Amino acid sequence: MGHHSYEDAKKMVWKGCGVLAAVTLIEVFVSLLQKGHVISGLEDVSAVVIIAALIIGILSIYKAYYIIYNFMHMSSEVPGLRMSVLLPTALLIWGMIAFFQEGNSWGERRELIKEKDRVTAEDAIKPQGMLLKKIELEKLQ
Amino acid sequence: MATDTAVHDEVHENDQDLWSGGKKPFKASYGKLMMWYFLLSDAFTFAGFLIAYGALRFSSPSWPVPDFVFSTAPFGIHHAPLIFVTFMSFLLILSSVTMVRAVQEGHRENQRGVVFWMFLTVIGGAGFLGCQAWEWNNLISKECMTVLRNPFGTHTENGVYLNADGSQSTAEDDTFKPGIGYLMHHAHIGEGHAHGDHELTAEEKFLEEANAAVAAKSLDMENLPEAGVDFPGFRLNNEGFIQRKFVTESGVAAAQEYGPKAFGALFFFITGFHGFHVLSGVAFLLIIMLNAGSGLYAARKNGYEMVEKIGLYWHFVDLVWVFVFLVFYLL
Repeated sequence: MGHHSYEDAKKMVWKGCGVLAAVTLIEVFVSLLQKGHVISGLEDVSAVVIIAALIIGILSIYKAYYIIYNFMHMSSEVPGLRMSVLLPTALLIWGMIAFFQEGNSWGERRELIKEKDRVTAEDAIKPQGMLLKKIELEKLQ
Repeated sequence: MATDTAVHDEVHENDQDLWSGGKKPFKASYGKLMMWYFLLSDAFTFAGFLIAYGALRFSSPSWPVPDFVFSTAPFGIHHAPLIFVTFMSFLLILSSVTMVRAVQEGHRENQRGVVFWMFLTVIGGAGFLGCQAWEWNNLISKECMTVLRNPFGTHTENGVYLNADGSQSTAEDDTFKPGIGYLMHHAHIGEGHAHGDHELTAEEKFLEEANAAVAAKSLDMENLPEAGVDFPGFRLNNEGFIQRKFVTESGVAAAQEYGPKAFGALFFFITGFHGFHVLSGVAFLLIIMLNAGSGLYAARKNGYEMVEKIGLYWHFVDLVWVFVFLVFYLL
């Protein structure tokens, strides 16, 4: 921050404080809106829930950017340092896609196993070879 | 040939220049550069935990609603979703701001300024830890959530609760729809606290009657039967929790169950890991503040670089909280 005067730098700090506080308040407001505390019934509209979640996520990333660039002074580091710290975090994008997909799959498996358990219990008396085939057949009928 | 040798010599000379020491790669000191890389690795640790939270949440058919779970604040405030945790966020933001001020005073070699602003930062960090201690204590001792047990469940169907005597409730508060959260109460817990002058809510009324019914049976609460004890309007499970009965829209009679177990473990583990970062941050801030006060860094004449390094760490703690706040409380 060498190119700023001391007074300017001080002002920027308090401006940063205001920005972070304001963004946090907006996030909380959007979150409460999403959960139906501000206008009841809104929590059942799935479009609102998804858009609100996106807004909150983007605002959080903005806060992270603001802290890194203005409070940790990443903006005054050389590009090599900036990139060597920030670029690796791009791996997390894939991490999120992969593991959320995985989590979804765990949920679906669990439901499938429950379904199989139920059908097995019902059909316990009838001997049969391929249970999975039978479930699928039943579903088709 | 002659030119080749000249080029070779030049390269050789440059190499020697680079390797002779005294050159800062990326124009940052060793300590600062390594702090950045440590923070990068720490960011991956936290990201791993938070992504695990997401994966488990996606795998679960229901999940406790954060605005219901985190709706209590000190001084007897209830039903105030996210208020307390927003206050905690402000504390961290403020302590981050005072930290930037300390670093700025360090650049001006102003010893008194550094110590003053670092002291405020320590207070902010300690205040955050105090709030977290209150939040944990409330969850563990009042709401009975532990690493292995999560009494916060979620309804998946429309339905209506039964009264303690087994009749269907007519109170408006006792009907629910999918996605509405509930907290299973421990018998006798919550019975003692005064309800003040306000009218009892439907749930408080139910709990009073349920607790009275449990007390009337004079059960051995330490050794409840494995299958629990059945009452007309609820079931008392073997751990002493009151599982309120209800009837769903499709006519199924059911009772409250524990929520996904992973919620408690993830909550205590991740916020605990963050809290541990805050705790060690406060400890290092204190040490560096004392060193600064003793004139150690003034003698180094490097613009209080140590303060800058702990500043990087402290801002990172705030940065992680942005995402913990997002994942646990906002979404």
